[in-house]
Amino acid sequence: MMRTQIRLTVNGVEHELWIRNDRTLLDALHDDLGRPDVRYGCNEGVCGTCTVLVDGRPASACLTYAVQAEGREITTLHGFADPTDDLHPLQRCFLERGASQCGFCTPGMMLTAAALAERAPDADRDDIRYELVGNLCRCTGYTAIVDAVEAWVRDGAPDTSDDVEEPREASA
Amino acid sequence: MTEPTTRPDKGKRVKTDSREEYSVVGTSPGHHDFVDKVRGTLLYAADWKLPGMVFGKVVRSEVASGRIVAIDVEEAERLDGVVAVLTAADVPHNAVVEHASGGLGEVTVEQPVLASNRVRYVGEPIAVVAAVDQETADEAADLIRVEYEHLDGVYSPEEALADGAPLVHDAGNVLVNWQLQRGDLDEAFAKADVVVEDVYRTQHVEHAYLETEAGVAWIENDVVTLRVSTQVIEHATEIARILGLPDSRVRVIASYMGGGFGGKEDMTVEPYLALLTWHTRRPVRMVWTRQESILASTKRHPFTMRYRTGADRDGRIVAMDVDIVGDAGAYPCLSARVLFAGAALSTGPYKVPVLRARSRAVFTNNVPTSAFRGFGAMQVVLGYESQLDALADAVGVSREEIRDRNYVEKGDVVASGEPITTAVAVTETRQRALARLGEQSAPSGPGKAVGQGFANSMQPYGRTIWFRDHAAAWVTLQSDGTLLIRSGVTDLGAGQAASLCQIASEVLGVGLDDISVYIGDTALNPPAGGTFATRQLYMSGNAILRASHALRDQLAPVAATLLDAEPDELRWKDGKVATSSDGSVTLADVARACQDAGVDTSVLHTWRAPAGRFDPEVGQGGTFPDYTFGTHAAEVEVDLETGVVRLTKYAACHDVGRAINPVRVHGQIQGGAAQGIGYALSEDCPSVEGNPVSTLFANYLIPSTMDIPDLWVDIVESGEGRGPLGARGIGEPPIGPPAATIASAVEAAIGRRPTQLPITPERVLALLTDPPVNEEDR
Repeated sequence: MMRTQIRLTVNGVEHELWIRNDRTLLDALHDDLGRPDVRYGCNEGVCGTCTVLVDGRPASACLTYAVQAEGREITTLHGFADPTDDLHPLQRCFLERGASQCGFCTPGMMLTAAALAERAPDADRDDIRYELVGNLCRCTGYTAIVDAVEAWVRDGAPDTSDDVEEPREASA
Repeated sequence: MTEPTTRPDKGKRVKTDSREEYSVVGTSPGHHDFVDKVRGTLLYAADWKLPGMVFGKVVRSEVASGRIVAIDVEEAERLDGVVAVLTAADVPHNAVVEHASGGLGEVTVEQPVLASNRVRYVGEPIAVVAAVDQETADEAADLIRVEYEHLDGVYSPEEALADGAPLVHDAGNVLVNWQLQRGDLDEAFAKADVVVEDVYRTQHVEHAYLETEAGVAWIENDVVTLRVSTQVIEHATEIARILGLPDSRVRVIASYMGGGFGGKEDMTVEPYLALLTWHTRRPVRMVWTRQESILASTKRHPFTMRYRTGADRDGRIVAMDVDIVGDAGAYPCLSARVLFAGAALSTGPYKVPVLRARSRAVFTNNVPTSAFRGFGAMQVVLGYESQLDALADAVGVSREEIRDRNYVEKGDVVASGEPITTAVAVTETRQRALARLGEQSAPSGPGKAVGQGFANSMQPYGRTIWFRDHAAAWVTLQSDGTLLIRSGVTDLGAGQAASLCQIASEVLGVGLDDISVYIGDTALNPPAGGTFATRQLYMSGNAILRASHALRDQLAPVAATLLDAEPDELRWKDGKVATSSDGSVTLADVARACQDAGVDTSVLHTWRAPAGRFDPEVGQGGTFPDYTFGTHAAEVEVDLETGVVRLTKYAACHDVGRAINPVRVHGQIQGGAAQGIGYALSEDCPSVEGNPVSTLFANYLIPSTMDIPDLWVDIVESGEGRGPLGARGIGEPPIGPPAATIASAVEAAIGRRPTQLPITPERVLALLTDPPVNEEDR
């Protein structure tokens, strides 16, 4: 298999890689660059677990060859919210609503939500459900995730006055 | 209109007990692993890299039933970068024997780690390779040539049970036969005024955790060490047996799992990783691909359930006769226990004075079936709830009324003849679920029919009591007043570890931020017995509660001396020990005083669950420690032209005894409901003569955000569970009711009852034709 020397810009930092041409961006990010926030889920582009932002738009890293990503700005969850900073408001919304159970889908879910909020700051519940259709979750049943993203889009930060929130108003 | 909520709702909790109020238990702090999860910093099984690490790949059978004539590994071995190619001859002890029921009746069948002669299902491991990178390992696996002689197989339990059917194993095609019985069945049915009967069929489904089976193994101090995504670190002993090593030479560490749902209860990557690291003496990583996981990992048992229910003219059940056949696939795994649970729970939360409940696990040349959230007790919900609805129609009363006339109550006996010893709040869970569902909506347009339905369920928590279950927890107060918890518990994402922290914090008054919890390591943690059977809050929760109390009792005299007070007047809160007046010392002060006084600041406690015996000959005896009851309610809109069932509203309520962490309790109920909705409507692993058809995530359809409406969850807290502080287990129970709930709603919409899962558009259209097509295509 041919190899190519490429430069990948990940979260603003440039990396040089000598990589097989058949390795995906997921392989490069998770295995070669050791990023735990980009995860293998299906390698079919179905589950959204490996979602990263490529030039600001959500993309499945498993469907992109690493060599195709040269010259693009790649953002992983840690580029969106640095682990050494305080929790990002979106992360606090997820944490407090139990929107992250096993946590495996969480980085991809958050990046898709972040791109939606950037593009459509007035997104409602239906928009959020539509946007997140490509990010599968097997633990939460999605309601808490939609709640978390909605709260963040609406308020920018969760209400931290109490551990347990008040019931959500009737939407039906 | 009732206000729906999916949120933990402090104001509406039912407190039926009068015990003290808690300050940490009952709140929903986001702490511990959940912080790492939202940060994306948690290291899962595949996120582990060691110097010189090689990559493994399993070579799997391409035929469902055959004999291996030859395996040619030469080309694979010659490939540059390959470091090992192992076949059956390289496995020191090539057999796993599972007596899942604890030896109460199943036949003994050996499952090879790597098939040497016979293959029995598509996907059965034959060889395993390791190479310097994954691509080379995959290429080597492709280069291994296996020559098969095809043999006749059996691809459904019906075929397997037929006279003269080809044998999957020499021991026969029936793994186990269970029968629970009480009273004279013929006499009871002869006296019945009304009899309803039907057959209900369910399908193979896949756990589909987002994290596929994965792990890394290495050798350290001559100990084979595995860090894997597993629910059961106790498999270390089986791994040792396979390698021919003493138990003390294998260590298993469980990483936090990206979901398990029972699919990581049997071994997955472990034997292959262990063999490869043992043979190569190098660190090895193995991650199953999604397609491999769907193809070859264990599935939920398809059940064929024949139900006959007799009642008097008022609809009071006089007898029930249930016959369940489950497809065990090619090897035993945990089928014996799953089918036991199916029979034991087959009458549901209803008083059935006379009964016969039989179940059989039958070998086929399909993928092995084993544990999956609900574990046999969930398939039968479709059976008993469909029977109750049919009985309501036959007697001419409402679906609510028929249940009110038949619900079990505390003190009534279940199918096994044992009394229920805790509250049965199923009337209340039903009322709440239906209230949350609200009035029926109007159809969205012509050619649409709307219907509402509900279903109750009863799911055990804790292992069957003849296993004499136990779990240990070890708590240590550090000299600075912080706390260490060590427990062999594994964490699937439900907060198994975090819940232990909350309980210990409640008892000892150590702040959650001052507690570290170390879990899932056979070398460094006391055994907790695996996370399955909704047992960890029950088992390890009781263990940590008692360990914490024992530690507090140990520290109290020292603290009392410091405070010049009586030990029993002390309050333990916010990192301090305080008297009822105004004196207080910090836990650090107490820890240091203990050191001076020669008092241990550490307690290791083993909690033993009540034990009992089941008599398989008589068909009565001890079964499960306790049950969790609940009700789900749904509204569907059926498109009468396409047969598509759209879920428009969904509500769920369970009696959880006491919610240790309400947000996480709601999370379990929402997630279980969603997984059950997929089971009801879209998920299926069909196969043609043992060849799986759906092995992609693109055609194995788990629900997405667009398939599920907002799920409205409510909880009842009866305070009567057998877990710590009156909690009941809630991991498995919520997956029970969805299929029966949706079947009931579809029947309300179109007037015909779906009896086969999943309820696909094709099946709904078949029901809508007149006369209905009687489908028995599987």
